Amino acid sequence: MFEATALNVSNQRLQALVRVLLLLMTVVLILPVVVILSVLIVRGGPVISFDFLFTEPTHGMTAGGILPALLGTVWLVAVALLASVPVGVAAAIYLSEYAPDNWLTRAINLAIINLAGVPSIVHALFGVGAFVLFFKFGTSILAASLTLAIMTLPVVIVSTRESLQAVPKAFREACWNMGATRWQTIWRIVLPNSISGILTGVILEVSRTAGETAPIMFTGAAFFLPFLPQSVFDQTMAMSLHLFVISTQVPNVPDALPFGVALVLIAMVLTMNAVSIAFRTYLRRKKKW
Amino acid sequence: MQTELQATQSVSTSTSSPSDDLDRRDRAWYIDKLVAMLVFVGGISAIIFIIGIFVFITREGFGFILTRFDVVEFFTSTAWRPTSDQRPTYGALALIAGTASVTGLAMLVSVPFSIGAAIYISEFSSGRVGEVLKVLVELLAAIPSVVWGFIGLTIMNPLIIDTFHVPIGLCVLNSGLILGLMAAPIMTTIAEDALKAVPDTYREAAEALGATRWQVTTRAVLPAAKQGLVAAVLLGVGRGFGETMAVLMASGHAVNLPTSVFDSVRALTATIAAELGETAVGSEHYQALFTLGILLFAVTFSINLAADLMVRGVRKTS
Amino acid sequence: MVAQPITEVPEVSVRNLAIRYGAKPALSGVSLDIRQREIFGIVGPANSGKTSFLRVLNRMDTFTTGMSFEGDVCVGGRNVRDWRNLYALRRRIGVVFPLPVGLPLSVYDNVALAPRLAGVDKKAELDVIVERCLRRAALWDEVKDRLKALGSLLSGGQQQRLTIARALSQKPKLLLLDEFSIAVDPVTTMRIEDVLKELRNEMTVVLVTNLVQQARRLADRTAFFLMGECVEVGDTEDLFTGEVQDQRTRDYLEGRFG
Repeated sequence: MFEATALNVSNQRLQALVRVLLLLMTVVLILPVVVILSVLIVRGGPVISFDFLFTEPTHGMTAGGILPALLGTVWLVAVALLASVPVGVAAAIYLSEYAPDNWLTRAINLAIINLAGVPSIVHALFGVGAFVLFFKFGTSILAASLTLAIMTLPVVIVSTRESLQAVPKAFREACWNMGATRWQTIWRIVLPNSISGILTGVILEVSRTAGETAPIMFTGAAFFLPFLPQSVFDQTMAMSLHLFVISTQVPNVPDALPFGVALVLIAMVLTMNAVSIAFRTYLRRKKKW
Repeated sequence: MQTELQATQSVSTSTSSPSDDLDRRDRAWYIDKLVAMLVFVGGISAIIFIIGIFVFITREGFGFILTRFDVVEFFTSTAWRPTSDQRPTYGALALIAGTASVTGLAMLVSVPFSIGAAIYISEFSSGRVGEVLKVLVELLAAIPSVVWGFIGLTIMNPLIIDTFHVPIGLCVLNSGLILGLMAAPIMTTIAEDALKAVPDTYREAAEALGATRWQVTTRAVLPAAKQGLVAAVLLGVGRGFGETMAVLMASGHAVNLPTSVFDSVRALTATIAAELGETAVGSEHYQALFTLGILLFAVTFSINLAADLMVRGVRKTS
Repeated sequence: MVAQPITEVPEVSVRNLAIRYGAKPALSGVSLDIRQREIFGIVGPANSGKTSFLRVLNRMDTFTTGMSFEGDVCVGGRNVRDWRNLYALRRRIGVVFPLPVGLPLSVYDNVALAPRLAGVDKKAELDVIVERCLRRAALWDEVKDRLKALGSLLSGGQQQRLTIARALSQKPKLLLLDEFSIAVDPVTTMRIEDVLKELRNEMTVVLVTNLVQQARRLADRTAFFLMGECVEVGDTEDLFTGEVQDQRTRDYLEGRFG
C-alpha cells in the first residue's frame, strides 16, 4: 500500500537535483574568496617581506615598502573608532534600554538603515562639504576619520544593540525591583554581559573602515606624501588609496607590487573578520545563564 | 473587621511620615537622569547625521541647481562635457545608463544565486553546515571594494579579452559580475532571514500532505517570504547603485550609452570619484558633481525606505 | 496572635484602588490597611488581582507597559505617587516573585549588590551581610564553599532562595512575597516559613499565596481576593474558623473552589 508511486519517484529525483543545484549556487558564492586569495598570494607573494611592510616607498612609489600607508590606515581607523564607538554605544543603549515604542524611535531606526545604505562617494562629498570646508579642518586625518566614523556608525549601533538585547529582561527587572536605577542596572549587569558582543562589532567596524577608499580620497588621504603625518590635521597615506592609485595611475610599476599591496590589505581585513567571527562563535558556546 | 479603616482615613495627609528621610533625590538619581540625556543625544545622532549629509551635499551643489541645472538636458542628454572649452554640458543620461546597466547585469546574475544560496542554507542544510556556509558568505562581504576593483582590472580584464575576443575588458560585463558578487552577501543574508521568519507550521502543514522539501519550499515557504525576498533584492540594488571603487576601476571610462555588455561605461558614482579631484571648489563642475551626489542620495534613500517598509512587514507577520 | 497597636501609621494603606492593563481591569474598589510588623496574607484563585496589587506597592507599573492604577496607595505613610525618588521607595521594599532569578554575578555579589548600591563598600561589612542573608534564606550551607559560583547557574530552588537573600539584603521595611514556594521543595519551604515568622519583628510581610494552609500558618490577618475584588479582610484565625462576612470566603477557604 505504501509503495512509491511514479509521481513520488519523479518528485524525489527532482528534489535531489534541486538540492545539488542549490548547493552549487552556494558554492559559487564562496569560491571567489578562495580564488581571489590564491591569485593574490601567487602574484603578490614574491614582494612580501619584512622590508615591504616596514620601510618607505622609493623611486616614486614604484619600489620599496608600504609603511606610511600601513601607518596611515592605522591612524585613520583609530581616530574613527574614537569618534564612533562612544556615540554608537550610547545610541544602542538608548535604543535598547530607554527608547519608547514611538515614531521617534522608528525614525532613528530608519536613519540608521539609511546611513548604512548611503553610497561611499556620497559620504565623501559630505565629508568634503562638512569637515574639510565648513568646519575648516582641511584635508586631514581628522576630516577623513570623522567621515569614516559616520559611515561605520550603523555597524557599531546594530551589533551593540543586539548584544544588549540578548541579556534577558528578567535580570533588569530584578535589579529595578531592588531600587537600582536604570543606569546602575546597565552598568553592573547589562553592559558587562554585552561587552563581548560589542567587541565583535567593533572588530567588524575596524575591518570595514580599513578597506574604504572613496570616503578618504578627498578628505584626507593622499598618495605622494614625503613625510609621515605629525598630527590629526595632516594628510596621510592609506593602504586602500595606495592600492587604487598604484594600480591605475602610476606607470612602470613592477607587476608584483600592486598585488602585494592588495594581498596585505585583504589579509588585514580577512584576519580581522575571522577574529570577529571566531570570537562570536566562542561567545555563543560560553553560557552564563 | 473592616472598621479599623475609618480610624486611618487621614493617613495620606499627614505632614511627616516615616519615609521622609528616605525620599531624597540622591546622587544615583541625578546620574541616572544625566545618563538618560546623554544616551538620548547618542540616539538621535543617526537622524542628525543623515539630515546633515543631505544638508551639506545640497549646500555645495545648490549653486548648480539654481543656475545651470536643466532638467531636460540632465535626464535626456548623453553629453556630459563639464570641462568643455566652448560650452560645458551636463547631460547625465549616459551616466545614469552606466549605473543602470552595471547594476542591472549584477542583479541578473546575482539574484538567482543569492536566493538559491539562501534557500539552500535555510531549507536544505543541517544546522552546523548552514552556519559554516553563512560564515563563508560573510567573508565575501569582507573584501574591500578597492580590491574588487583591482581584481576587475588585473584578472577579469585579460580574462574577458581572451575569452570573448574583444579589444577591451573593462566593460559592463566586468563590473557587472563583480558588483553581483559584492551584492550577493547582503541579499543572501536578508533573504535567509526572510525564509527563517516563515513559521515552521507552514512547512509542517505542507509536509503532512506528502510534499517533498522542494515542493514545500516553492509552494509554502517562498510565497510566505515574498516580501522579505523583494526587500533583499531591493537592498542588493541599493548596494549596486552606490558602489564606487569597483565600478570606477572595472567599467572603463567611456561616457556613452551601452549597446552590449562589452561596452565601456561610466557610472554616476565613478564620475564623481574620477572628476572631483580636478575641480575647483565652488566651480560649476564641482557643484554639478555634488548634484549627482544628491541624485544618488535620493535614489538610495528611496530604495532603503522601500526595503525597510517591506522588511517591517515581514517582522510584523512572523 | 501578637497584639498590634492600632495607633501606629499603617505600613500600607490603600483606598479605592483600581488597576488596569490597557483597557482590561484587573482589580477594583480595593481598600485595606496593612499594619506595621504584621504578616499579611492574600489568598484567592488565579487572576484575582493579587499580583497586580503587589506590583503597585513598589510602583512596578512604571516598567510594565500598559499598566495604570487609580486610587490612593500609601506606603510608609506617604502616597506612592508623591514619592519623589521611586528608587528610594523600591529600596525600602523587598520583592520575591514566583519565578526565581539568579543574577549573572557570583552568589556573593548577588547578595552584596543592594548593600553596595546603598554605599556599603568595606569587605568586612559585606561579608557579614552576605552570610546573614544567605543563612536566613536557608541557602548558606549549600553555597558557603562556592560563593564565587554564578548565581544564574544555580538550580531553580537555590535561585529562589538567592532571590530571597537578595531581598533581605536590602534591609527592607516591607517584604512582598508572591507565591514564593512554587519553585522550592517542602522542607526548604518550612525553613523559610520559620524565618518569615522571625522577620515579623523587623519588617512588614505581605504574603500572596495559593496555599491557604500556608496563610493560616503564617499570616496574622488575611485578605481574600476574588476576580479583581477584595472580598474580605480579617484576622486569619477568624476567617479559618468560619467567622466570615462573605459566603464566598468560606467556600474558598474550605476548598469548594480553587
